[in-house]
Amino acid sequence: MIGFLFERLLQALVVLLVISVLVFLGVYAIGNPIDVLLSPDATQSIREEAIRAYGLDLPLWQQYFGFLRRLLAGDFGQSFIFNMPVLELIFSRLPATLELTLTAVLAATLIGVPLGMFAGYRPDSGAARLIMALSTLGFSVPTFWIGLVLILTFAVNLGWLPAGGRGDTLPLFGIEWSVLTVDGWQHLVLPALNLSLFKFAMMVRLARAGTREMMLTDTVRFARAAGESEWTILRRHVLPLIAIPIVTVFGLEFGSTLAFAVVTETIFSWPGLGKLIIDSITSLDRPVMVAYLMLVALLFILINLTVDLAYVALDPRLRARKLAR
Amino acid sequence: MTPTDPTTPIDRPAPGEPPVASTSWALSAWRRFWSSEFAESHVAVVALVVVVLVVLLAVLAPWVTPQDPYDLAKLRLGDARRAPGSLSSDGFTFWLGSDGQGRDLWSAILYGLRISLQISIAAGVIAFTLGVGIGLLAAYRGGWAEAFLMRVVDLQLSFPAILLALVVSAVLGQGKWQLIASLVAAQYAYFARTAHGAAATERSREYVEAALSTPLPASQVVLRHILPNCLPPLIVVATVQVANAIALEATLSFLGLGMPVTEPSLGMLIANGFQYLLSGRYWISIYPGVALILLIVAINLVGDRIRDQLNPRLRR
Repeated sequence: MIGFLFERLLQALVVLLVISVLVFLGVYAIGNPIDVLLSPDATQSIREEAIRAYGLDLPLWQQYFGFLRRLLAGDFGQSFIFNMPVLELIFSRLPATLELTLTAVLAATLIGVPLGMFAGYRPDSGAARLIMALSTLGFSVPTFWIGLVLILTFAVNLGWLPAGGRGDTLPLFGIEWSVLTVDGWQHLVLPALNLSLFKFAMMVRLARAGTREMMLTDTVRFARAAGESEWTILRRHVLPLIAIPIVTVFGLEFGSTLAFAVVTETIFSWPGLGKLIIDSITSLDRPVMVAYLMLVALLFILINLTVDLAYVALDPRLRARKLAR
Repeated sequence: MTPTDPTTPIDRPAPGEPPVASTSWALSAWRRFWSSEFAESHVAVVALVVVVLVVLLAVLAPWVTPQDPYDLAKLRLGDARRAPGSLSSDGFTFWLGSDGQGRDLWSAILYGLRISLQISIAAGVIAFTLGVGIGLLAAYRGGWAEAFLMRVVDLQLSFPAILLALVVSAVLGQGKWQLIASLVAAQYAYFARTAHGAAATERSREYVEAALSTPLPASQVVLRHILPNCLPPLIVVATVQVANAIALEATLSFLGLGMPVTEPSLGMLIANGFQYLLSGRYWISIYPGVALILLIVAINLVGDRIRDQLNPRLRR
């Protein structure tokens, strides 16, 4: 177990290093930040001074090592636009994205898995067909368009819910949360629904495919022969067996939902990380882009690691193999 | 809809009548298609018809639209934001309304579809070639090359496609080729993994060993013997990925990272309409979206059907 953990951690480090090179080169290739920082009529000497101050006159590899050194020290620099430390900026936006993503993924799983299991249990029923049609729609329709339709229906035509923003927040552990107020929930419902539809579709499909296969196995046949009720069979035998891919997808999807929040946040002007990265791309705010990409990469590596470990915890066969080593 | 009996004899021209070779060929092809396994799902047939129809409309756009939406000289600001069904100052009807620049939406949608299709198909073809190339190479070479290539692919697949596309298009800037490049970067890995999975199984088969023991060049064995046997799963991935590319392209354009404003793809049209949505001018965003979804859903349904047919577990 320790060896396995060590191996995976080492792998994660190498990956992070490679990503830091790619991010540095990629961001380096985007525009000239000096043009953004200074007004076009700045004199030549001011320009040169600024270039020196930001270390932009050094050779590329020196800039990279400087970048890496600062990164290791946890210094992501100052945002060109907001004039504050990038980490502070990112952490001020993180709670909004986290609560949005978590609400969306949890809702998708808690609703999607039971519906999917039902669709797999009675694949030919009308309800199952309806569920599958919904899931195909959720899979196919681009998120941003669903967001527009939601705004048009619930905000413009019916006037029930607000079209954007985060609403009232309450502090908990020194962080502002929307989920603690009624107004916050009203603002959260539409973006969370928007973000969860794709995950919902995926959960339904996974649960359905798993249940369909499981229902044909000997496990289920013997359980039936032993006189267990269908409900018990689904809950005690089928659910644990289909849980592994669902946990994987839950973990991986949590990460990709964070990334997908870019779209939802832009539409609903939800002041989270996604909106920040789009704004920083359009305004060439290099330090913010670099920090965002590195943190997302770190997040994904952590998620993959957790999923791998969860696998070992959930699958007795894998556990035995890892422990034997 | 009643399925035609597959045993019905094909219409032949009666003796003495002039032969109508081409129509009877088309008819028999249609009959064969209708009695095929694919057509057992009527939903899939309808979806296929929708795909063909939408593609045809996009290709024929200049002939079935009243206006060239990219010809700025023909646009009138007085015609901007007209409701569906109102008359343009040039005499034709805005059946789907007009957008903020006075473009007829029906025309703009079909021209936008052209751009969306061009980009996603080009990206699909390039991603397919690149991905399958990598997958086949990895499966054929084995050893550290395989381990390295597939590790990179796996790693890339663990990041969401939208993020990769976002970053690449942010680095490369706006434009058609830049957009294609970012779609390829986001999608080739799916092809690579699928091709590798299929090819690795074929690689160990006896017929491949036999072919390799002949003096045939290895590239020919890979392309002529391994590749054809990898195609079925790749076709499924390709249909899904083209649909994904269309959605991804629209999303990037919606976020302002895709096509330039002068040649709006569907996503850009929707983005432009977003600002009018809150004032109730729904048509500018909604109709291009409907066209987009119709196409994507139809492609996905066709892909689903092909996958079901190829899945041995669901075979009777």
